[in-house]
Amino acid sequence: MAPLLSVRDLVTVFESKTRPVQAVDSVSFEIREGEVFGLVGESGCGKSATCRSILRLFAGAPARITGGTIEFAGRDLTCLSEAEMTRVRGREIAMVFQDPMTSLNPTMRVGDQIAEGLIRHESIGRRAARLEAIELLKQVGVPSAEQRLDSWPHEFSGGMRQRVLIAIALACRPKLLIADEPTTALDVTIQDQILKLILRLREQYGMSVLLVTHDLGVVAQTCDRVATMYAGRIVETAETPSLFARPLHPYTIALLNSLPGGKKRSEPLQPIGGAPPNLADPPPGCRFHPRCSIAVEACRSTAPALLPVDAPHRVACLRRGAEPS
Amino acid sequence: MTTTITETPTASPRQRRLPRLNPPLTAGLAMLVILLAAVLLGPLFSPYDPLKVDFAEALRPPGAVHWFGTDNLGRDVLTRVLAAGLVDLQIATVCVVLPFLIGSTVGAVAGYFGGLTDRILMRIVDILWAFPFYVLVIAIVGTLGPSTGNMYLAFTLVVWISFARIVRGEVLSVRQSEYVMAARLLGYSHLRIILRHVLPNAITPAIVYAMADVVLTILAVTALSFLGLGVQPPTPEWGVMIADGRNFIFDAWWISTFPGFAIIYTGIAFTLLGDGLDDLLRPKG
Repeated sequence: MAPLLSVRDLVTVFESKTRPVQAVDSVSFEIREGEVFGLVGESGCGKSATCRSILRLFAGAPARITGGTIEFAGRDLTCLSEAEMTRVRGREIAMVFQDPMTSLNPTMRVGDQIAEGLIRHESIGRRAARLEAIELLKQVGVPSAEQRLDSWPHEFSGGMRQRVLIAIALACRPKLLIADEPTTALDVTIQDQILKLILRLREQYGMSVLLVTHDLGVVAQTCDRVATMYAGRIVETAETPSLFARPLHPYTIALLNSLPGGKKRSEPLQPIGGAPPNLADPPPGCRFHPRCSIAVEACRSTAPALLPVDAPHRVACLRRGAEPS
Repeated sequence: MTTTITETPTASPRQRRLPRLNPPLTAGLAMLVILLAAVLLGPLFSPYDPLKVDFAEALRPPGAVHWFGTDNLGRDVLTRVLAAGLVDLQIATVCVVLPFLIGSTVGAVAGYFGGLTDRILMRIVDILWAFPFYVLVIAIVGTLGPSTGNMYLAFTLVVWISFARIVRGEVLSVRQSEYVMAARLLGYSHLRIILRHVLPNAITPAIVYAMADVVLTILAVTALSFLGLGVQPPTPEWGVMIADGRNFIFDAWWISTFPGFAIIYTGIAFTLLGDGLDDLLRPKG
């Protein structure tokens, strides 16, 4: 079966005054139907830029997709006109943002915001949309949905707002939900509830989820497959159990080592030295080599390709399999 | 559980629709209501005609018969102040509402779409901005001839740039907000996003400015009329009245003074109103 979303060699460039920045550099991945696909990496590694490329919405930033294809449900999204893209957004691909505090319009009642999409896209009447909105609020676990429908966003807590945002995203039953760090701004307990909610809704609505996060704990809990991004490139992709059992890229390994709650509690956390490179002037060769503990001379000059280790597990590292020295 | 939530004020906002009044807003509204009542109802109860000349009654000081006295042509000053109030408020309303609508539209379009649209529209604004306000208004009225219609035109042409700038600035910041991004992600049209998601969050400063602008406009209209470029005598108008009373200021202070008080009163009313609206409309958490 063909995957729902298939991104091939995607390149997205942000124009800047000095020199163009390749925020997304030859990124390829696929998401199958009903699958939760995780995209992990540090801030500024191109996760969000990848999501925005899929929807072709850059919030006014001077960004362009300069190469590659984004095939979604049999169509190449990069070839669609802006008007056609508008029809895809919301109806076929929906997105949930990182910060629930700022993602709701403060001057509209939440019920109206949920109903708006239904009225726009499904051309149903006001009353029907209102009933549907109540149903959606119940679905996402907002208590006393009938009353809360007429509340203003500022009367909701962060977790409740994120539920409302998910309800808005679900309103038109999208095939793909892009969740860009949906739990980063929330408490750990609320985070868990929201993730479980997304998983339950995925089952119920049969949609696929692209989950962007920097939290490997979230990945372990929710994703079927995962890709690690570093400096605009995917450096490792695998099924989640395989990635956690046998991480191959030194960056993934370093990310896992920097997590608390490992086996040996007495061991200090291992931070990753240095900072991600400036994408306007990336290091040559493997982009991780300045921070890599096992880098060799060849890493400075040769960019490694993403090669399979065993079928679904692929890694872009010249020294794959080498033990840290 | 359900009952507790319905009883909390937050869960029944439809009934909470009446805005909580703050002191400046209450005071401003009260002053405005009194002004409107006086201006609309006053002439009905007044025994005098604001236009009728009666030399026998000329230059009477304020007293029981003529509360604000009479002018050099024997017209009752109180009646004329009220009749003039209606004229001035009408002019001020038109001269604020038209620029508000035009300016907000231009500002929203420029700010929302940005790029070349923004540059062209804002350069036009800059060019108009380069002229001092009165110079431009007087030039337009002077060229077209003094009349109320030309005054509307002049104010609209000159004042909309302020609203355009204010709204554009707000829209620029609102456009970057996540809920506007979210609206675009939901595939809404630009028109819908501007009207429902951008403008409601960007219009408040323009509304507050409009209140201040009412004051400025009344001052400007009276100033123009004072100079003979606005409302033409014998139509009662505060500026015209002050101008008429100038020659008698030492013998009959009341002719110029009472229209002056009316201007001050109106100015304070709208300033308080603007201040109160600012507090009331400022976006909540």
